[in-house]
Amino acid sequence: MSVVFKKTEGLAEKQTHYCPGCTHGIIHRLVGEVLEELGVIGKAIGVAPVGCSVLAYDYFNCDMHEAAHGRAPAVATGIKRVLPENVVFTYQGDGDLASIGTAEIVHAAHRGEKFTTIFVNNCIYGMTGGQMSPTTLVGQKATTAPQGRQVELSGRPIRMAEMLATIDGAAFVERVSVHNVANIRKAKKAIKKAFEVQLEGKGFGIVEVLSTCPTNWGLTAPEAMKWLEDNMIPYYPLGNFRTPEEGK
Amino acid sequence: MAKVLMKGNEALGAAAIKAGCKYFFGYPITPQSELPEFMSRELPKVGGAFVQAESEVAAINMIYGAAGTGTRVLTSSSSVGVALKQEGISYIAGAELPCVIINISRGGPGLGGIQPSQADYFMSTRGGGNGDYRHPVYAPATVQEAVDLTMEAFNVADYYRTPVIVLGDGMIGQMMEPVEFNEPKKRELPAKDWATTGTEGKRKPNIINSLFLDPQALEDHNWKLDRKYKEIEENETMYEMYKMDDAEIVFVAYGTTSRIVKNSVEALRAEGIKAGLIRPITLWPYPTKAFDEIPASAKALISVEMSTGQMIDDVKIANEGRLPVHFYGRTGGMVPTPDAIIAKAKEVLGGVK
Ligand SMILES: Cc1ncc(C[n+]2csc(CCOP(=O)(O)OP(=O)(O)O)c2C)c(N)n1
Ligand code: SF4
Repeated sequence: MSVVFKKTEGLAEKQTHYCPGCTHGIIHRLVGEVLEELGVIGKAIGVAPVGCSVLAYDYFNCDMHEAAHGRAPAVATGIKRVLPENVVFTYQGDGDLASIGTAEIVHAAHRGEKFTTIFVNNCIYGMTGGQMSPTTLVGQKATTAPQGRQVELSGRPIRMAEMLATIDGAAFVERVSVHNVANIRKAKKAIKKAFEVQLEGKGFGIVEVLSTCPTNWGLTAPEAMKWLEDNMIPYYPLGNFRTPEEGK
Repeated sequence: MAKVLMKGNEALGAAAIKAGCKYFFGYPITPQSELPEFMSRELPKVGGAFVQAESEVAAINMIYGAAGTGTRVLTSSSSVGVALKQEGISYIAGAELPCVIINISRGGPGLGGIQPSQADYFMSTRGGGNGDYRHPVYAPATVQEAVDLTMEAFNVADYYRTPVIVLGDGMIGQMMEPVEFNEPKKRELPAKDWATTGTEGKRKPNIINSLFLDPQALEDHNWKLDRKYKEIEENETMYEMYKMDDAEIVFVAYGTTSRIVKNSVEALRAEGIKAGLIRPITLWPYPTKAFDEIPASAKALISVEMSTGQMIDDVKIANEGRLPVHFYGRTGGMVPTPDAIIAKAKEVLGGVK
C-alpha cells in the first residue's frame, strides 16, 4: 500500500495544545514539512516566542531555543553568527514581533541577518486572553479595546510586511494566509522560498502568515476562517513584497 | 609572558580573547566603549564575530542565543545599559547558560554621570532581573586583576553553567597599567552536550528554555539552581585580608575604592594606628568567612564605598553584630580621598571605648 499522507518528520511526536480551529497547528506543519523537504532538520535551530506558540520548542523536531517576549530575532542573530552553516528560524506572533519586539525584528532585517522568520498574525494577543495587539483591526473588539479599536486612541493597525519590505537587508518578504487549502499551498511555497533564501545566504527572510484565533475572536472555527478572509485580507493584502533579484 | 601597558577596557577584551571568547555583542556607552571598539578590531582576526546590537536588550539576547550554541561569549556595558540587560540575564540564569558580562559602572540613578561609581552593587549582587537566581560577581581592583578575573570568569561560567559579572568602574576601564596575560587556573570543564548546534540526526533535539508551567517542576528547578549557588558559595568565594593580623580598625572596601583605602591603611599605620582591610573580590558570593577571621584586637568596621552605602547590609550580615559598623562613602562619581578616610577612622576610634 502506498502512503498518501503521514506526519512530517519536521514535527515531534507531541500533541499540540492549540485551541480547536486555531491555525497555529497548520503553520507548524508547513514549517515542519519545509524543513523535511529541504533536508535541514538536523541543521535547524528554531527560536520559540512568548505567546500561544511558546511551546513550539516541544513541537519542532529540531534543536530549539526559547526566547523572551519579542527577542527571538536577537537570539537568532546570536545563534546564526556563531553557526553560519546552520539553518535558523524564529516563529513569532504579532504581539511578540510587532509590539514588544519591533526593534529586534527591524534591526535583524536591517542587518540582513541570514535567518528566517515565520510571523503569525492573528490580530490579537491570544495567550494572555485577547488583548489588543498592534495588528488588531480598526473596530475589532479586544479585552483592552472594549469598544473596538479606535484610531484616535491606538492608531491604525501596523502592516509589518510592507514596513519590513522597505528595509534593504530584508531579502524576502511575503504575506500569506492559511484560511483555505489553496492559500495553505501558497503559504508553504512562500515558507520554503524564505528558507531557500537563507540557504543561499541572501539575507533576511520573513513570511507573515494570517492566522485565526477563534477563541479570542469569539467565533467558531469556520466563522473564524471567513472572518479572516473578509476582514484581514482587505487590510493585509496577500502577496510578495520583496524577493532577491535573480543572478545578483 | 612580558608585561604590556594597556588601557583597562582593552585589557579586558584581550583577556576575553585569550580565554577563547570569539563572539561579542554589545552597545556603546561611556566609560566602556573602548572594549567593544577593541573587540570589533580584534575578533575578526581570530575568526570570530562582533555585532553592534541596536540596544542592550538585543545585545544580551544575542548573547543568550550565542551562549546556547556552547561557544564562549562576552558582552559589556555600563550601569544604565546593564540595567537593560537584566531581562536577558534572568533568562540566561534560568536556562543555565554560561556567559560573561562586564559592567564598567558609572554614577546613577537614571542617566547619572560617567564618572566611576559603585552604585550598581544592589543590581549586581541581588539579581536585577526577575526570579530566584544569583550569579558570581568579580570586583577587580587593578587592571591586572581585571584580566585574571575575566579569564577565570569564563571558566567559572562554563563550569557552573551560569552568567558571570565582572564589575569594574570607570577608573579600571580608563586607566593604563602594565599587565601580563597568565594562563588561568586549570579546571576540568563539563562537556556542553546541551548546546543547540543542530541534531545532525544523531541525537534527540536539545531545548534551551526557562519555562516551567508546572509549579512543582519550577520549584524543583529553583532548588536545583539554589544547590548550585551553594556550591559556588562554598568553592568560589574570593577575598583579600590586608594587614589584618593586629588590626584595630577594619575597613571593608572593594574594587578601585580598596586601592585608596590601602593608602589610608598605610598612612594610619605610619601614625601608629593599626588599620586593616577586608577586600571582597567576589561580591557574590560575599566573603562572609573573612569576617570570622577578624582578630580580637578589632574595635570597629568601616565600610568605604563609592555609593550611599549599598554594601553595608552585607557587611552587617557577615559581621553578625559582633562589631559596630560605620560607613564612609562618596557618590555620584566623587572619589573618596585617603585623607577623608583617615579622618573617618580617627573619628570612629575616638568614639569607641
Ligand atoms: C516581557 C513580557 N511582557 C508580557 C508578557 C505576557 N504575554 C505573554 S504572551 C503575550 C501576547 C502574545 O501575543 P502574540 O505574540 O500575538 O501571540 P499569540 O498568543 O496571539 O499567538 C503577552 C503580552 C510576557 N510573557 N513577557
Ligand atoms: S488562544 Fe487563539 S491563537 Fe492561541 S491557541 Fe487558542 S485560538 Fe490559537
